[in-house]
Amino acid sequence: MHRYANPTRFLKIARVATPIVALLGLALTAAGLWIGLFASPPDYQQGESVRIMYVHVPAAWLGAGGYMSLAIASATALIWRHPLATIAARAIAPAGAAFTAICLVSGSLWGKPTWGTYWVWDARLTSMLVLLFLYLGYLALSASEAEKGGEQRGAAILALVGVINLPIIKYSVEWWNTLHQGSSISVANASSKIAPELLTPLLLSVAGFSFLFGAIVLMRMRAMLAWARVDARSRRMAEALA
Amino acid sequence: MLWALFRRDLLLIARSPAIWLPVMFFVLVAALFPFAVGPDARLLARIAPGIIWVAALLASLLPVETLLAPDVEDGSIDQLIARGIALELVCAARIAAHWLGFAVPLLAALPVAGVLLGLDAATGLRLGLALLLGTPALASLAVVAAALTAGLKGGGALAGLIVLPLALPVLIFGVGSDVAGAFRLLGAASLVALAVGPFAAAAALKPE
Repeated sequence: MHRYANPTRFLKIARVATPIVALLGLALTAAGLWIGLFASPPDYQQGESVRIMYVHVPAAWLGAGGYMSLAIASATALIWRHPLATIAARAIAPAGAAFTAICLVSGSLWGKPTWGTYWVWDARLTSMLVLLFLYLGYLALSASEAEKGGEQRGAAILALVGVINLPIIKYSVEWWNTLHQGSSISVANASSKIAPELLTPLLLSVAGFSFLFGAIVLMRMRAMLAWARVDARSRRMAEALA
Repeated sequence: MLWALFRRDLLLIARSPAIWLPVMFFVLVAALFPFAVGPDARLLARIAPGIIWVAALLASLLPVETLLAPDVEDGSIDQLIARGIALELVCAARIAAHWLGFAVPLLAALPVAGVLLGLDAATGLRLGLALLLGTPALASLAVVAAALTAGLKGGGALAGLIVLPLALPVLIFGVGSDVAGAFRLLGAASLVALAVGPFAAAAALKPE
């Protein structure tokens, strides 16, 4: 792992990898969405609104998976002091937050025709909303620390505290939900049996979104490294002039 | 050592003129709700536990900017590190002192808030027990947030953004305390927060 902690080596690999990952992501997403939106049959129960799933499910997966990768990058940054891991965490967080928000918005748009309301305090919806808040807290702390300069240890610790708390939150929300109302709406039932014509575009768009996520993270990391280089150069120039 | 640190923290809290602020804030929030939702006694009694928990959560966050930031700025923390005192110990003492400083006066003010909201005695007693069990977790979270935001601009608002989602389980188990098992879950949430809190706060305070 330390072999790839060198920013120069990382940049050499990332320069080649970024367009490949991005193009792969675009192609897979386009294929998945095209089949999903035009070439697949509507659901026998949900009708056309099932097509929101091809955006919603990959966004949910990346929102949750993004927080896991944020926690792993933060742990790596804290334990091995990898400068690249800190940059990776900062690159992952806004992308993960954006996908969590897409998941919530698309889910709420799907909920209106299906459940008759934009929002229910269902256990899954609530957990996802809390996940978005965790992301926002991380982003605010990280931005505040970046302004001050330094290693961003606080943001990394917060990401780890959040990942410890995440299962507790999930469990408590489920407990709370069963307490207040019988679960009249179950998100799980809708997708428990899925026809193969619907599964193919779903898998395609999940893969496509994931590659796009990877491309966004790579681009953001490269941009942050470039900014760091610009900063260092202008500091050197200022010193030379002084 | 832990005792000496704890005594110092407690004295600092007791001597500061801000000691009454969280309690007054707590009672004021409780008194604000009847104005906001109307004086219907049945409705107020039904939502009173939720109001009191939210007020307690906000009250625990009120002194967050003075919990650790002054000690970081004036070098007290550096002095403690130089003397070889574990920061985990410092943070544990701070959590205990913060809990005594905000939760105990808050429990004393609970009857007042309960009367204002029309809470009956049995519910009030159960709520008091739930607050006793749950507030250590709030104190621990507040100290962690104070450590994370010490020396940052807008630390108070930032601490709120950090703590509120993390405090959700305590809130849920605290308000649901009329259900079997809630007290145990609340106690468990407090124990987890108390076990992790000193280490997370110390890691955040460690100089780079």
